[in-house]
Amino acid sequence: MDEPRHLTPLDPRYRRVLVIRALIWAAVLIPAALIADLALDEFPNIIWIAPVILAVVQAGILPQRRYRSRGYAMTSEELRTVQGVWNHWDITVPFGRVQHLDVHQGPLERANGIATLILHTAGTEASSVSLEGLALEDALTMRDTIRDEVQARSR
Amino acid sequence: MTEARSSQARRTDPRGFVLKAIEGLKSAILPVAVLVFTRVDDGVQAVLLVSLVAGGGLLLVSLLVAYLNWTRLTYRVDASDIRVESGLLSRQARSVPFERIQDVAMTQGPLARLFGLVELTFDTGAGAGEDISLAYLREAEAERLRAVVRDFRREAAMAEAPVEESGDTSRFLFGMTPGRVLILGIFNFSLVAIAAAGGFLAQYDDFLPFDLWDLEGWRERLAGPGAWLAGLGVVAQAIGIAALILVLGIVGVATGIVRTALKQWNFRLERTDKGLRRRRGMFTKTDVTLPVRRVQAGIVAARMREKLFGWQNAGLVSLAADAGASNHDIAPLARWEEVRPLLEEAGIQPPHHLLSWHRVARAHAWLWAGWRLRWWIVLSLICFGAQRIVEPGGPLSLAWLPAVPLIIGLIKGLRTFFAIRATRYALDEVQLYVRSGWLSRRLELVPREKLHSVTIGSGPVGRRLGLASLSVGVAGTVVAIDGLPRDRAMHLREQLLSSMRRRDFSHLN
Repeated sequence: MDEPRHLTPLDPRYRRVLVIRALIWAAVLIPAALIADLALDEFPNIIWIAPVILAVVQAGILPQRRYRSRGYAMTSEELRTVQGVWNHWDITVPFGRVQHLDVHQGPLERANGIATLILHTAGTEASSVSLEGLALEDALTMRDTIRDEVQARSR
Repeated sequence: MTEARSSQARRTDPRGFVLKAIEGLKSAILPVAVLVFTRVDDGVQAVLLVSLVAGGGLLLVSLLVAYLNWTRLTYRVDASDIRVESGLLSRQARSVPFERIQDVAMTQGPLARLFGLVELTFDTGAGAGEDISLAYLREAEAERLRAVVRDFRREAAMAEAPVEESGDTSRFLFGMTPGRVLILGIFNFSLVAIAAAGGFLAQYDDFLPFDLWDLEGWRERLAGPGAWLAGLGVVAQAIGIAALILVLGIVGVATGIVRTALKQWNFRLERTDKGLRRRRGMFTKTDVTLPVRRVQAGIVAARMREKLFGWQNAGLVSLAADAGASNHDIAPLARWEEVRPLLEEAGIQPPHHLLSWHRVARAHAWLWAGWRLRWWIVLSLICFGAQRIVEPGGPLSLAWLPAVPLIIGLIKGLRTFFAIRATRYALDEVQLYVRSGWLSRRLELVPREKLHSVTIGSGPVGRRLGLASLSVGVAGTVVAIDGLPRDRAMHLREQLLSSMRRRDFSHLN
C-alpha cells in the first residue's frame, strides 16, 4: 500500500514490549471479569469472554501488525515516521523545524533496551512527534545527529 | 546514557528536594485535615496523635520520593545544548539546542526565596507546557546558566543583525468607521441575550412583584382586559406572536451591536517600524503590535450573511506569544479591495490570477456525505421499528414519521457534499492556498517556508479509494486538505518539504 520497503523497521524487541503490555492489561482485566462473574448471580457467567477476546487480539494479533505497520526514514534533512494499522499517519519533520528533543524510556522499555525518540516542533499540529520502539543506542545516536543538524542549520 | 563529549553533569541544589517535598505536601493538607476532624470527638490527645502520625508519615514519603527524584535528575551544559535527564521509573533525556531557546525565566516562590533558590525555565518555540524547567537552583547558578544562553544568543544575533528600519513613522492602514461597526454589529446579532434573560427570570423570579409560574394568577390577570384579548381569537394571537418575534429580534440585534461596538470601537491598524499595530475597544482598550516577521499565515473568512453582502473578515496567525491569542483580526469587516493591501503589508500574498485551483476528489465528497447520514438512518430505523413493535396504532404511528430523520440527514449530507465540492487548493512558489466553505467562505494563505511539519493521513475506507489527507503544521492553526488522490498528496508533500528545507526556523521567526 504505502512504500513500506523504503522505511527502516523498528527494533524487534518492540514487538515483545507490545505483547507484554497487552498481557499486563489482560492480567488486570481477566481476574476483574471473573470476580464480576462470581459476584453477579443473576447474570449468566459470560463476562470473562470479553477480556479474553481482547487479550487474544491485543497480545496475539495486533503486536505483529502494529510492528509491521510502523517504521521511519531518516535522511540528512528530515525524519519521517509512519504508523497505524487502521488509520495511517505519515509525518515528516525537517530538522530545521525541531525545537527540542527527548529520549524517553518507560520501565518496560528500559527492561527491553528500547526507547522513544520525541521531536518537538512549534506547529499546532504534530507539536510533538514520537517514534516508539527504537533501540536505545539508535535513539541516542539519532538524537545527537538531529541536535547537530539543528545547530548547523541555525548558524 | 553516556556521552562522548561531555561536560560535567550537575545536580540541582540538594536543598531543592526538601522544598519539593514540602510543595508535594500542600496537596495532602486537606485530606489530613479531614482525617483529624473526624477524630475531634475522641479528645485533644487523639487529634494530636492522628495529625502527628499522618503528617509525619506523609512528610517521610514525600521526602523519600523527592530525594529519589533529585538523585535521578541531572543537567549538563554542553557547547551547543542543555541536557536534562530525569525520572525514577521512566527515564527521560531532553536536549534543548541553545539556538532554540526563546526566553529564560526565573521564578521564586516565598519558600524558595527563604533558601535563596530559584526555578529556571527555558522556553522554546514548542507548544505551551513543553518548556524545560530546573527546580531548584542556587541563584548564582541560575544567573550563570541564563548568562550562558544570553551570550550565545547575543553572538547569534550579531551574526545576522536585522536591518533596522529607520525612523518611527507610523502609517495608517485600516480603520472601522462607526457605520461599519454598526453593520458588523447587525451581522453579529445573537440570541444569547434572550436565553440569558430567560435564565435570569428562572433564577431570580423572587424579585418580580408577581409569581411568574403561577398559571392561576395569569388566568385571573387575563380575565380582565385579557378576556377581551382572548375573545379576538386567532388573528390577535397571530399578531401577538409576530410582535413577540419582533421584540426578540430587536433584542438580539441590539445585543450584537452593543457587544461589537464595545470590542471594535475605534479600530485602527497602523504600520509602524516594529510591525502591524492594532488599537481598538470602547472601555477596555487594547493595543497589540504584531511583528511582520512572526506572521505565520493569513485567514480571510466570511459567514453566509457577510458573504451575501460582499464583506469579509481578515486575520493573521502569529507566533507572538505575548499578544495572547494566536489569531488576530486585522480587519473585522472589510471589502476585498481593502483586505488585499493589508495582507501584502503583512507579508502574505493574496491569491492572484496565475494560480491554478484544484478540487479534491469527488469520491471523498460522496464518502463523507454518506458518513454524515449514518446516525440519521439508524434513527429512522428505530422510529420504524418502534412503530411496529412498541405501539401499533399509538400516537406515534404516523406513516411519515420515519422519513423525518431521513430528510434531515439528507439535507445535512448534501451540505457536506457541496461544502467538500466547493473546496479548492492551489500552490505557488511561496504559499499554499486553501479555500473552503459553500455558503460561508474561508481562505487560508500559508507561506510554505514557515511550515513546521507535513502529515499524510488516511482512514481504512479512504485508503481503499486511494485517497489521503494532507495537513501541515502551522504555529497557531491547523491547515488540512482532505480527500486528495494519494499520489497527489505525496507530490504536494515533496514540494512543501523542499521549500521548508531552504531556511532554518531561527532565520525565519
